[in-house]
Amino acid sequence: MEYYLGITQTIGVHTLLGLSAYVLLLTGQLSLAQVGFFAIGSYVSGILTVIFGWHILPALLVGALVAGFFAFLVGFPALRVKGLMLVVATIAFSEIVRLVFFNVNWRVEVNGLEVGPDSTQGFREIRYFAANGWEQAHVVLLIWLIVILVMVLLWWLDKVRAGAVLRAVGEDELAAQSSGVNLTMVKVAAMTGGGVIAGIAGGLFAHSTTYVDHHTFSILLATFAVSYPILGGLKNVLGTLMAVIFIQGFIIEGLRFMGDYRNILFGLLIIVAMNFRPQGLVDGNFTSDLRKLLRMNQKRGGIDA
Amino acid sequence: MLKLTNLAKYFGGVRAVDGLDMQINKGEIFGLIGPNGSGKSTTVNLICGVFPQTAGTIELDNVDLGRLAPHQRIEFGVSRTFQNIRLFGDLTVWQNLWVAWRDAPGHETSWLVNWFGSPADRRHEIQKLLEFSGLGDRADRPASSLSFGEQRRLELARAMASKPKLILLDEPAAGMNSEEVADLRNRILTMKNLGMTVLLVEHVMDLVMSVTDRITVLNFGKPIAEGTPLEIQNNEMVQEAYFGSAKNVEAGN
Repeated sequence: MEYYLGITQTIGVHTLLGLSAYVLLLTGQLSLAQVGFFAIGSYVSGILTVIFGWHILPALLVGALVAGFFAFLVGFPALRVKGLMLVVATIAFSEIVRLVFFNVNWRVEVNGLEVGPDSTQGFREIRYFAANGWEQAHVVLLIWLIVILVMVLLWWLDKVRAGAVLRAVGEDELAAQSSGVNLTMVKVAAMTGGGVIAGIAGGLFAHSTTYVDHHTFSILLATFAVSYPILGGLKNVLGTLMAVIFIQGFIIEGLRFMGDYRNILFGLLIIVAMNFRPQGLVDGNFTSDLRKLLRMNQKRGGIDA
Repeated sequence: MLKLTNLAKYFGGVRAVDGLDMQINKGEIFGLIGPNGSGKSTTVNLICGVFPQTAGTIELDNVDLGRLAPHQRIEFGVSRTFQNIRLFGDLTVWQNLWVAWRDAPGHETSWLVNWFGSPADRRHEIQKLLEFSGLGDRADRPASSLSFGEQRRLELARAMASKPKLILLDEPAAGMNSEEVADLRNRILTMKNLGMTVLLVEHVMDLVMSVTDRITVLNFGKPIAEGTPLEIQNNEMVQEAYFGSAKNVEAGN
């Protein structure tokens, strides 16, 4: 049971990470900075609960806001570069963040124990949940409440004009600009929103694993983050969720016996998907089929009753 | 209304636009013609702010547009279409207009409704613009699924959705058959009747000569003639720019 709860936790955290990249991809920005924001969220919220003894919810919120603030700052220079250059620039950002936390040494005595980030040794004992009597099921519940909240929010965003504007920027910047869209504002807003979501994911991750160090925030994780929405498709948020379930649930967990070969499989999967299904797993046909299926079941239920 | 003074744009050593003076009056349909590479599209791009001018000024109703970002120029009432159609292909026809929509001056809604309003808030107004463009039954189709003529009409509608004072049409008749050109002519005249000023860049001479009030002819980035369609048709320099001079032909022999 614990094993499955653990996977459910991982899938929840990775879904948030994927959604943070999804928001940026809507505007056509492929960013590997999400792992940097994730790291900021982890450390900030971890420090708040461990060193300052905050409650988990405000700590998560502040971690997310600080990550969002850095995303806002990164948003402006990122405007000037596109495509591959943006990928390179955002990798650089994530590496800077990783190396900063690699060097952070802030040890404090709390209740007779020395706690806090310990540079190369990593940040241990982020034990808010255990110390406050949360069971693993509660943690899973918290993570998935937040996942659902973010998904509903992004779903709603797609139904209002702001969503159409984000997608318009992703399709054709020049046409969007010539239709009166303020590119700077839209792209920086998307970057900030993505940063906030990644920051929450980071906070949840740090507290559910109780330990993070600089290895956690590798470029591999950043690659995972962007590959979820790319594999899942940008039609709606369900694609990202399905891609995470498939990659984390099947490839990483289900094929555990394959060890590091799974990373090769992951790379192959991306290449195959890009060639045979560039629009992602979930496209317009998929959602309308799903809707038909649901309607059919409803009808059948009606007849049975 | 629109006043270009000594406008210039150099791309490295290439002088795409080289000292253009031009004035368009309110309510006019103004033609900008010239051979390929004479700087017509560059002029449109300069007015819209796609790139900054090398020298000169662009004024709209005495407001200097020259240093404003493209989306700010829309707020002052400039909008455009593109030579090679640039729609938001994966968005629906309706959403294409929704993105570009601006309320008429004096009837603005709050920014909250503007950004986070649902389609229902604008359903009626946008549907009206779609009917006008002959796309009433296409509202929920992806823009990329439209036929070529429909895509041209949608781009025109999108340019009108921002309620512009001045609308720049960059070769709107390119690739159209004669029936579609006739329809376009009516639409341009309707725009004029609605109070818009039109700058028409075009190669289809039938259209330009029958619809414009005045024309400027560009060659090598410089204006070589200005006048009514009739004056332009009879202008020797214009004929020379388009067809080469009779003297050259003789010299060639």
